[in-house]
Amino acid sequence: MNTHTIERLSPWLFTIAMFLIWEVVCRAFRVDPFILPAPSQIFVAMAQYWWPLAKNSFVTLWTTLAGFALAVVFGIVLGIVVGWSRTIYRGLYPVMIGFNSVPKVAVVPILVIWFGIGEIPAILTAFLISFFPIVVNVATGLSTIEPELEDVLRALGAKKLDIMLKIGIPRTQPYLFGSLKVAITLAFVGTVVSETIAANAGLGFLMVQAGSNFQMPLVFAGLLLLAAEGIIMYAVFAYIESYFVGWAFRSSMSAAG
Amino acid sequence: MTAFVDIEDVTLVYKGASGGVHALDRFGVSLQKGEFAAVVGPSGCGKSSLMKLVTGLLPPDFGKIAIDGTPVRGPVKMAGMAFQNPNLLPWRKVIDNVLLPLEIVQPHRSRFRREKERYREEAKALLATVGLDGFAERFPWELSGGMQQRVSLCRALIHQPALLMLDEPFAALDAFTREELWCVLRDLWQKIGFTVILVTHDLREATFLADRIHMMSARPGRLVLTKEIPFPRPRPIEVCYEAAFTDIVHELRAKIGEVRKG
Repeated sequence: MNTHTIERLSPWLFTIAMFLIWEVVCRAFRVDPFILPAPSQIFVAMAQYWWPLAKNSFVTLWTTLAGFALAVVFGIVLGIVVGWSRTIYRGLYPVMIGFNSVPKVAVVPILVIWFGIGEIPAILTAFLISFFPIVVNVATGLSTIEPELEDVLRALGAKKLDIMLKIGIPRTQPYLFGSLKVAITLAFVGTVVSETIAANAGLGFLMVQAGSNFQMPLVFAGLLLLAAEGIIMYAVFAYIESYFVGWAFRSSMSAAG
Repeated sequence: MTAFVDIEDVTLVYKGASGGVHALDRFGVSLQKGEFAAVVGPSGCGKSSLMKLVTGLLPPDFGKIAIDGTPVRGPVKMAGMAFQNPNLLPWRKVIDNVLLPLEIVQPHRSRFRREKERYREEAKALLATVGLDGFAERFPWELSGGMQQRVSLCRALIHQPALLMLDEPFAALDAFTREELWCVLRDLWQKIGFTVILVTHDLREATFLADRIHMMSARPGRLVLTKEIPFPRPRPIEVCYEAAFTDIVHELRAKIGEVRKG
């Protein structure tokens, strides 16, 4: 096996190794499955409860994607607004930082009062938690245009809109796609936080239910599925990033992501 | 004959939180049409402010600037600019980088879509004159620093500006590439005949390329002296190694030393 093959396989190898160590530790120290179930027990639970797991995974996935989609649209629009002018940037930034500092767990009860128990609070929590990195990255991309390049265009009579369309928006793309990878994983956190507090479906809901029935292997099965969904969505956006902004990885702007 | 670029008694003060910075003080030079002028001076003498003033990006606090008899009020739209950093757009191919000004400046802007093929041919011809034949479809990051700077020059010239403003365009290049690009610029200037203001730290560069060298004092920048460079055109690069050339460089060097001490 050459180094290239090993490098390609290494994520799988490390994952398998992690499960193996986990299994060995659980067996060697006879860890109580109620404290930490071994992977084998978790996989048994997965096979046993495959239908409720699949159903609730799907609910978590679509509510996350719905919240994330809202975050992308809103994040890009707000990012452009914030990146457009220094005044707006300075004015809105503290508000946004403050907003982002509020734990979203604290917001869920409010959302439940407004919208009732169900998918909507989950979607909105996913949205609230994931739009911030998108806004910041889009705004950063727009507000860090090289001043000399701006001079070149302004000396030609370019308006602010021209500079944004010709330079700002294209150069923001690596920042945007980089932030999407972070935002999608945050969106999962938001959805599950909301599901554990107030929902009647989704992996978070399932885990709470399983936990109150002392079915620890099922709780961990939920966690693993959640992690798997996060990894898959991250990979999807990493692929989209390399497809659309491959140039950024080749040029000096590669630091952007 | 009236001057093409006329900078008269210009004073510029940047207002900052910790008091103003006096960048230029009653600075004045004038250029004939088609003249190649170099502006040299110690660092921080307000040379870059001069670039912004002449292109209309910044209004002077006092004094007048006129180009082709018209006072400058706002961006002049007839100037090309190039800087030490080529500032090419990495998501655009070389040719699309060169074409960028045509997407902005009138009358090309409204014709751009319709006559794209013609413009592309023009851009390719311009790239060929700077020795970048066959590089049009490459991306900037596939090019060396010297080649990127050639592209930057093409971008500054594609809309056939009457005035080319250069802010230390060759400062980041190695000595051999720099001399090569001096010749590229010399040939372009001789072929097309635009007016140039070259801001530089490099006295040899200024002496080789310019018709007249204007020296500025340390901040606030004042005009200290204007030196005519007598070498006939076209100038071969060998001029740089003649005794008369070295004398001029030495003379300028001595003067800069005095100016820096203030």
